Amino acid sequence: MNWLDTILQGVLLGGLYALFAAGLSLVFGIMRLVNLAHGDLIVVAAFLILVLVTGLGLNPFLAALVALPVMFAAGWALQYFILNRTLGDDILPPLLVTFGLSIVIQNALLEGFSADSRRVPAGSLETMSLPLGPVTVGVMPLLTFLSAIAVIVVLNQIFYRTALGRAFRATSDDMVTAGLMGVEPKRIFATATGIAMVVVTIAALYLGTRANFDPTIGPARLIYAFEAVIIGGLGSLWGTLLGGIIIGVAQTVGAAVNPEWQILAGHLAFLIVLLVRPRGLFPRAID
Amino acid sequence: MLETVGLTAFYGDFQALFGVDLSLRVGETVAIIGANGAGKSTLMRSISGVIANGRAAIRFEGEAIGDLPAAKVVARGIAMVPEGRRLFASLSVEENLLMGNYGRKVDGPWTLGSVYDLFPILKERRDQSSTSLSGGQQQMVAIGRALMSNPRVLLCDEISLGLAPVVIRDIYAAFPRIKASGASIIIVEQDIGQAMKVADRVYCMMEGKVTLEGRAGDLSRDAIHAAYFGVHA
Repeated sequence: MNWLDTILQGVLLGGLYALFAAGLSLVFGIMRLVNLAHGDLIVVAAFLILVLVTGLGLNPFLAALVALPVMFAAGWALQYFILNRTLGDDILPPLLVTFGLSIVIQNALLEGFSADSRRVPAGSLETMSLPLGPVTVGVMPLLTFLSAIAVIVVLNQIFYRTALGRAFRATSDDMVTAGLMGVEPKRIFATATGIAMVVVTIAALYLGTRANFDPTIGPARLIYAFEAVIIGGLGSLWGTLLGGIIIGVAQTVGAAVNPEWQILAGHLAFLIVLLVRPRGLFPRAID
Repeated sequence: MLETVGLTAFYGDFQALFGVDLSLRVGETVAIIGANGAGKSTLMRSISGVIANGRAAIRFEGEAIGDLPAAKVVARGIAMVPEGRRLFASLSVEENLLMGNYGRKVDGPWTLGSVYDLFPILKERRDQSSTSLSGGQQQMVAIGRALMSNPRVLLCDEISLGLAPVVIRDIYAAFPRIKASGASIIIVEQDIGQAMKVADRVYCMMEGKVTLEGRAGDLSRDAIHAAYFGVHA
């Protein structure tokens, strides 16, 4: 067994989990909304890419590019017309509504696409690999990881260097006072969810090309995303990437020891971090 | 340019304002004084759109704006320095100031540079977290933030609350320059002294009603006392 290889594969897998988690983290950080349908929305985006690839014969990356604005608009509308109505002092309505949405999405996908496992064909890219010293890495896992870093860099730039990002943070701090500055919180929230759906689409591209998916796998992706966000500390995107890496490494090491332990090892790593650092590794100073 | 016509406001079943008539002319500075609970802050929150009112109850430059939300009110040129400063804790000083013109970007005398000229200490502290400033400096940020939208009307709600007299004097020292920039101003205070010095006219409120109105120089202390406390001293 090559431990270096195992750990590297785990790190790269962590990139995928960070992509699952970044959108969740963004939405929670700005509007304290826990979107229980997040995993299912990833699956929706994966099916959208699949349809574009098989129906129009597009390259998966081009298909994802086409899907980005569609998913942005869908996220914007979902937030503006539905989820905004659930936000308030009570944390229960958004949980109930997104839980319901999760069930609706799963069943709609089952109706439309059946329960068959699907995969987005990516041609020769699926099996391509690069020799890196003593180990060999797959091109797709490497692209996934680099995409996760790119997504986090771009999100951080938006968050800390633009007027939109200032409005995100100000609205998160104090919605009423942000209104006095001319911010319309409902639109800001809609834009945030739209951006989260862009990240979801990128996550879906790699989910769909790397592994099989079917309409019911969303909730499991949601759990990995949650764990990555909580390990990293709420509100820190780099922390989210580290959280994803910790789960990814734990899973591949667990699987290397005994294939039955893969999922369990990831969850155990999460529980250990939660015991030692209940607020995550990089909690925000202000909460 | 700005007037309220029989303005009423409620918090649930509790009525906070009972038909307030107030007017502000171009270039004028008006002080609204009154004891705690007189309805002054409710009046400010109504004008700025934080509390929704009947459309016709507030008129600005000939248009009824009573039912507009806060974001639309500030876009028309009415900016508020809210009670308690309400700075954005996760934003730096400069980012707080930049938030001020998010919803209204118009050319005018107030830019980041001119706000720093008005309050030089803020330039030194521009990259610090807004929570690390003293109370007086935080109030300067709140005022500067409101000015960034180059407002036609500046609403100042209890800007001296919780500050030392010497700090209050420093902050009020900025008002002549703010007036000279062309903004009309409404100042809400419990502390009568400073407000009377900068105001052209004064309204005194008690229990949700205007009990006295007049030019700042014309009102006797006894008349203000009576209107403020509802008793003759």
